[in-house]
Amino acid sequence: MFKLWATIRKDALLLIRDKVGLLLMFAMPIILVLVITNIQNATFELVNENKIPLLVCNKDTAHTSIEFIAALKHIGMFEITEVSSDLTNESLNTNMHEHDALVAIVIPATFSSTILKKSTQVSSKALHEFGITNDTTNSAAAIHDSTSITFIYNPVLQQSFRQSIHGALSSAIQIIEGKKLVQQLYSTLNEKPMPDNLQMEVLQKNIFIDEIPAAKDGSKTIPNATQHNVPAWTIFAMFFIVISLGGSVVKEKLSGSFVRLKTLPTNYLTALLSKQITFLGVTLLQVFVIFSLGMWFFPYIGLPALNLPKDLFGLLIISLLCGWSAISYAICIGTFAQTQEQANGFGAVSIVILAAISGILVPSFAMPQSFAVIMKLSPLYWCLESYYGLFLERGSLKDVLATALPLVGFIILIQGITLIGLKKKNLI
Amino acid sequence: MAEIMRPAIQISNLSFKYHEHSGVSFNDFNLTIYEGERFGLFGPNGAGKSTLMSLMTGLQKAQKGTIQLLDEDIHAKGTRKLFGFVPQDFSLYEELSPCENLNFFGAWAGLTKTETTSRIHELLDILGLTAVKDKPVMTFSGGMKRRVNLAIGVIHKPKILFLDEPTVGVDIQTRHAIIEYLKQLNDAGMTLVYTSHQLAEAEDLCNRIALMDHGKLLACNEINELLHTHKQHDLEALFLQLTGKEFRN
Repeated sequence: MFKLWATIRKDALLLIRDKVGLLLMFAMPIILVLVITNIQNATFELVNENKIPLLVCNKDTAHTSIEFIAALKHIGMFEITEVSSDLTNESLNTNMHEHDALVAIVIPATFSSTILKKSTQVSSKALHEFGITNDTTNSAAAIHDSTSITFIYNPVLQQSFRQSIHGALSSAIQIIEGKKLVQQLYSTLNEKPMPDNLQMEVLQKNIFIDEIPAAKDGSKTIPNATQHNVPAWTIFAMFFIVISLGGSVVKEKLSGSFVRLKTLPTNYLTALLSKQITFLGVTLLQVFVIFSLGMWFFPYIGLPALNLPKDLFGLLIISLLCGWSAISYAICIGTFAQTQEQANGFGAVSIVILAAISGILVPSFAMPQSFAVIMKLSPLYWCLESYYGLFLERGSLKDVLATALPLVGFIILIQGITLIGLKKKNLI
Repeated sequence: MAEIMRPAIQISNLSFKYHEHSGVSFNDFNLTIYEGERFGLFGPNGAGKSTLMSLMTGLQKAQKGTIQLLDEDIHAKGTRKLFGFVPQDFSLYEELSPCENLNFFGAWAGLTKTETTSRIHELLDILGLTAVKDKPVMTFSGGMKRRVNLAIGVIHKPKILFLDEPTVGVDIQTRHAIIEYLKQLNDAGMTLVYTSHQLAEAEDLCNRIALMDHGKLLACNEINELLHTHKQHDLEALFLQLTGKEFRN
């Protein structure tokens, strides 16, 4: 036992005195978590909380276009600035840059007339079908008059973001079209304009959308950028330990001290066991530090706070499994690498690739179908799925067992490969 | 003398060849070093001294033949407790202090915590390292590092000590201190097996030497006997007579 304790002490001292290694293990992931969460949170707020600056160039002089702009305002997604109707598309482009607007729309001069024409035609058709009127002029005509609202956007705007703006514009158009149709039907039947209060009642929205995350504990806490990013980048940080640990194994193999270790009556497996224990402590410390930042520091800088899962024991077990997977991988790299450069280079690149295919860099649901099998080859995928099961789905250890068990398999496989490598290299 | 003494190291019919490159090879090599001896291995570069040292410490495995340390096979379980090794390179953790290094290597050598602690104090005192016991070795001079390197090799009081050029690159004072300490260890019963290019040092320390070249033993006896047999007045002349004057890589 003294051998193991002395070896753990030696490894811990070497670790503490390796300032660059510590920086890589703690400062880098903290910066990564802060930056990525901030960016994603800003995007989230832009879509959900902040209003999108929208320039409106209204070339239509009729009242329906004013109602359309009012409907856009009512949606609540846009901060609308009306610009001169004389602007061309090119000068509107310049105006967008001046107003920091990401999007602009041009309402054509025929906007109101097209909508009114359509509502007249549709109402006549409908009334004719009901046998209420005998007007055959409008009811017989095909409804094919159309016009377009020009939607100008900054090229930096992502497709998904563009689509949600497009959806909001379509929704506003439908509101106006519906309103005009109801008004037209009313005035035809009653031969007087529709009263405002009735108009309000008819157009009033009675069905709302209630968002409920499918949490296993039934909680209604809506996941945010922190809840997504903190666990994901903690896993990345744990696996990035390959730089320090893989390098440490190679350094020890190449150093003179290893020659002496081989002549002493202690198996090198003791050294590897010590490294696993020491670095498992480091990964748990990483988890503690990064999660603590998420819980207590993030709210101070305007980010949502991290909500820990209810099953803290489950969180500890999953963190241990993630850390142990990372350590097993790092030791395997260190065992097979011939130089520190090899261990660092291959280790870092492989972790970035494994992170990319696991859903840490790009959400797994956004990946092509062909990646469905490939992503399951990455241990980071199983770590992420297990953490998301606890953090986002609010499940317990029992709920994430199916995603945690592959990690146990990965650890056994990688440790086995390492042992074979050590045996082949005559190191044990 | 050899007849009444027990062999500390018995090398019998040893054959060894490196797989990777055309290095030195041993073919049917035999050598006996007795308990309590201060034995020196000498030869030019490429003679096979370091390879023989690696074979005797179990770092390399011979293709044929046996090496026994105090009647135990070198690769047998438990044999490693019998010897200590002081490699030519600093085989320690330079980021750690002498105390921290000795604590770790003491544990790996099989000592208990109490034994290690007691030996650390003893060795630091003998080798004049007490004042710097808590400073990182990387801040030390070459001579101080050599002393730490030696202390690690003897922390578990081995019966046999292998030393690969233990005084290379040190000043006169440190060399003197190291040689004197090695003599003390030998007086206490430790068998010393030593390689060096310092022939004068060998005359001072060793009571028997072996001259070797290209993996072969050229001569092996007490220094005076060798000089007498080969009609030479000093070891350097004997060395040149047996190994030639051409440059070695």
